Amino acid sequence: MTALTDIAPPANARAAIDASARMPVLIFFVSAVFWLLIGSLLGLICAWKMVFPTLLGSQAWMTFGRLRPAHLNVLAYGWASLAGIGIGIWLMARLCRMCLPQPGLLSIAAVFWNLGLIAGILGIMAGESRSIAWLELPSYASTLIFVAFVLIGIWTILMFRSRRPGAAYVSEWYIFAAFLWFPWIYATANILLIWQPAPGPAQPAINWWFAQNLISLWFVPMGLASAYYMIPKVLGRPLYSNSLAMLGFWSLAIVSVWSGAQHLIGGPIPTWMVSLSAAAGIMTCIPIIAVAANFHMTMSGHFDTLRWSPTLRFTVFGAIAYSLTGLQGILMAIPSVNALTHFTDFTTGHAHLGLYGFFSMVMFGGMYFIVPRLIGGEWPSASMIRWHFGLAVSGIALMFGALTLGGLLQGLALYDPDASFKTSVEFATPFRWISGASGFLILAANITFATLFLRMLFWPLRGQASATLLAPPEETEETAP
Amino acid sequence: MNKFSVLLFGIFTAFFASWGVFVGYSSIVLGRLQPLPDEETRGYFPPSLSGLAISGQKSYAANGCLYCHSQQVRPPSLSTDVKKGLGPRSTVARDFLRSQPAFPGTMRTGPDLANVGLRQLDPNWHHRHLYDPRSVTDWSIMPSFRYLYILRRIEGHSSEEAVQGLKGPHAPPPGFEVIPTSEAKALVAYLVSLKKNYPLPEASISTGK
Repeated sequence: MTALTDIAPPANARAAIDASARMPVLIFFVSAVFWLLIGSLLGLICAWKMVFPTLLGSQAWMTFGRLRPAHLNVLAYGWASLAGIGIGIWLMARLCRMCLPQPGLLSIAAVFWNLGLIAGILGIMAGESRSIAWLELPSYASTLIFVAFVLIGIWTILMFRSRRPGAAYVSEWYIFAAFLWFPWIYATANILLIWQPAPGPAQPAINWWFAQNLISLWFVPMGLASAYYMIPKVLGRPLYSNSLAMLGFWSLAIVSVWSGAQHLIGGPIPTWMVSLSAAAGIMTCIPIIAVAANFHMTMSGHFDTLRWSPTLRFTVFGAIAYSLTGLQGILMAIPSVNALTHFTDFTTGHAHLGLYGFFSMVMFGGMYFIVPRLIGGEWPSASMIRWHFGLAVSGIALMFGALTLGGLLQGLALYDPDASFKTSVEFATPFRWISGASGFLILAANITFATLFLRMLFWPLRGQASATLLAPPEETEETAP
Repeated sequence: MNKFSVLLFGIFTAFFASWGVFVGYSSIVLGRLQPLPDEETRGYFPPSLSGLAISGQKSYAANGCLYCHSQQVRPPSLSTDVKKGLGPRSTVARDFLRSQPAFPGTMRTGPDLANVGLRQLDPNWHHRHLYDPRSVTDWSIMPSFRYLYILRRIEGHSSEEAVQGLKGPHAPPPGFEVIPTSEAKALVAYLVSLKKNYPLPEASISTGK
C-alpha cells in the first residue's frame, strides 16, 4: 500500500488512460443516472402511498407491495451498483496506471446488466417476485446480472494481474475485494433462495447474511474506495495514515462479515448466531473509527476546501454519513434498542441514511471529479451543483429525521401492551407526511443532477482554465508563495 | 508470498469463514429440520398447507404483503409480542417448514400475521378487507386489492361466492356484486391457514399470565 502522490501517472499517460476508460465508464454512469431518476420517483410514490393508500388507484402493477421492491432494486442494482462499478473501473485504471484492457468486455457487461434489470423490474411489477428482501429480481433477471458481473470480475483480475509494478493504494484493495466478493454473495443467495430454494427454516439466516454483506462487502467498499481516492487527490496531500487504512480494510473484511443476524433478535434463528452477530456488529466500530479518523486527519486544517470543491463537498458529507450510519447500526444491535426499532420506520431511515446520505453522495462526489476527465470539458453550471447539494442534503436530513422520530414513536406504541395497533399508525403518520415531502426534495436534487449530467454530456464547458468550482478557492498554506 | 496473494488469501478466508457459519450451518442444520408427528390426529406439526393455500402463498409474495406485515412472534424476554396477543408462543425456525419462501418480515406497518388464522377465521371478512380495507377499519392504510376481485352484474340470484357486507361508499353499484378471483380465494386460504398454536419442544406455549 502506498501514497497516491507516488503513483500518479504523468499527464500524457493520464490522458491516454482516461480516453481508454471513456466509453465503458460513461455507459455505466449514464445508465446509473437513468435508474436514479426512476428509483427516486418510485420511492416518492411509495412514501405517499403510505399516507394515501388509494393514491393512483389500485391496479396490480402499481400496488405498494410491488412498487416498493421495484424502488429498492432499481436503486440498489441500477443506480448504486452501476455508479459504483463505473467509479471502480476508472479508479482501477488510474491506480493501476494502465489503459483499460478489453473495454468492450465492460460495455457488453453494462448492456447485460441493464437488460437484466429492465426485465427484472417489469417482472416485479407483473407479480413474479418471491418477495425476499434485496433478491426480488426474478431468476431470469438475476442470471443476466450475474453473467454481466462475471465479465466484470474476469476483467478485474486481468487488470490487477497485469498492472504496472508498484504497491497498491487502499482504494484498489477495496475495489478488487468488492468485485471478487460480490459474485460469491450474489450467487450464493440466488441459488439458495431463488433458483433452488433451501427449506424455509434455513432461509431467514441466509437472507440476512446476504443483505448485510451486500451492504458491507459491496456498497461500503466501493464508496470508501472513491472517498479514499477523492479526498487526498483534491487536497493534493497524502492520506494521513496508510496503516490506519489497512486496519480499516482488514477489520471491515474480518469483522463485518459476521454481523447481520442481530437484526433478527428474537427471530427464527439460533440465539448463538444472534449473539455472534451482535458482538461483530459492535466491533464494526473499529473499521468505522479507523476510516473516520483517517479522513478527518487528512482533511484537518483544509476544511475550507469544502467551500469550493464540489467533489470534496459531496464526498466528505458522504463520509460523515457513513460514520453516522455505522454508529446507528451499532446502536440497533443492542437488544433493548432493537426490540423497539425493529419492524418500524426507524429502519427505513437507517437504510436511506446509508444508501443516500453515504453511498449516493460519495458517488456524486466521484462523478463530479471523473466525468470532466472523461469528457475533456468542465461542468457547465456551478449553481446547479450548489442546488444539487442543498436539495440532497436537506432532503436526506429531513427524511432521516422524520423516519427516525416517527419510527421511535411507532416502536413505542407497538411495544406498549396497552396501546392499540391504531396508535402506532397514528404516531407514525405525521412523520410519514414529512418523509413524503422530503421525497420531493430528493427527487428534485436527482433531477438537478441528471439535467446537469445531460448538459455535461452534450454541452460541456471547454477551454476553461480550471475546474468548475463552487467558490473562488482561497490560497492554502502550501500553495501560497 | 507477494502482496497480491496475501490480499487474495485474506479476502477469501474472511469471507468463507462467515459463509460456512451462516450459509453452511443454516442449510445443513436448519435445512434438515423435520415436522413432528402429532400422535392424536396422526398429522404433523407444523401442519402441511392445502394446495390452495400454497398458491395463496405465491400471491402473498407476488403482491408484496411482507413489506408491511411480519410473520414472527418474538419471545417474551425481548418483546411484548405475546402479551399483545400476536400469538400464544414465539415463532421458531421449524414454524417456517411449510413456508416457501419464509416470510419473517421486517416491518410492522401493518399488524403481524403469524397467527392471523387464529384471530380471524371468517373468509368473508378477509375478502371484504382485501377488497376495501377501509370498509372494515376506517383508518387503515392498507392498499386495496380490488384487482383480485371481479365486479359483476347480478344475473338472477346473487352468487353464493359474492363478498358480503360491503356497505355505504364501499358497496358495489346497485345490481352488481363483487366476486373473488381464484387468486383471492387462494390468498385468503393462505391467510386463514396462518396459525402457530401447535406445541413444539423448542417453543412451549406458556399458559401462565
